Amino acid sequence: MNILLLSNSLYTYLVIAALLFGIGIYGLVQRQTFIGMLISAELILSGASLNFMAFNCFLTPDPTVGQLFTLFIMAIAAAEAAIALSIIIAVYRNYKSIDTEDVTDLQG
Amino acid sequence: MISLFTAEGLYGLLFLGFVGLTLAGALIAASARSLIRSVAGLALCFLGVAGLYYYLNGPFVALMQILIYVGAVCVTIIFAVMLAESSELKRVTRRNVLVGPLAFLVSGLLVWGLVGLALKTEWHFSPGIANLGTVGDLGKSLLTTYSMSFELISVVLLVAVVGSLVLARSGRNK
Repeated sequence: MNILLLSNSLYTYLVIAALLFGIGIYGLVQRQTFIGMLISAELILSGASLNFMAFNCFLTPDPTVGQLFTLFIMAIAAAEAAIALSIIIAVYRNYKSIDTEDVTDLQG
Repeated sequence: MISLFTAEGLYGLLFLGFVGLTLAGALIAASARSLIRSVAGLALCFLGVAGLYYYLNGPFVALMQILIYVGAVCVTIIFAVMLAESSELKRVTRRNVLVGPLAFLVSGLLVWGLVGLALKTEWHFSPGIANLGTVGDLGKSLLTTYSMSFELISVVLLVAVVGSLVLARSGRNK
């Protein structure tokens, strides 16, 4: 299989999306700050959007569905980022830290 | 075998470039030690994903990806990094040493499962094309078939704006 023809195959996009998702999960578990975890969550969302766009281009008879779903995911991700960042600012104001290990007031 | 110096060859080469940009950006975003570098990796990754959207017949979505993610979300995260500065460099790590390898193992298993599933499944193309998926078609279906979700998403965005303002404002006078 010619490597220059990869852009015509559905599988290429599915593999890239799976890799993005996996890298996002890795960052989400391994990161120690809230902002780092938010960045990894954005990676996971973009993996999901890439999947939607790939299925939209190759499989569905109506090519607007996947594009609209991706646009909605973008809107939700923007809202999520705004809310999460203001929560992070509020946490920073109370604890003077955005480290996940420091915010443990409810720990027994 | 396609020559590298034809239109198709350059098309494929550009695609490989976008794939590399996406994966390299994602790796930087997930593993860089300083947060600001991680945000830069995220912006790089989003640019690559926008290029992939262009290859998937979605130029409008690609432009929106650059506008919203690179232009808005990354800049907002950079503002938060500047407000709540914390460097992962100087901190002594207090967590278990197993977290890194375990995270790698879990994500590796997930990727293995997803890739296996994607490659093994016989995907069926459903015949018949309703429209071409141009910007005009997008606008039409956004205001007819999906008008309810369109209204709901604007309410969600409004609530998010007001909520983030309230959250960031509270406790400021202390």
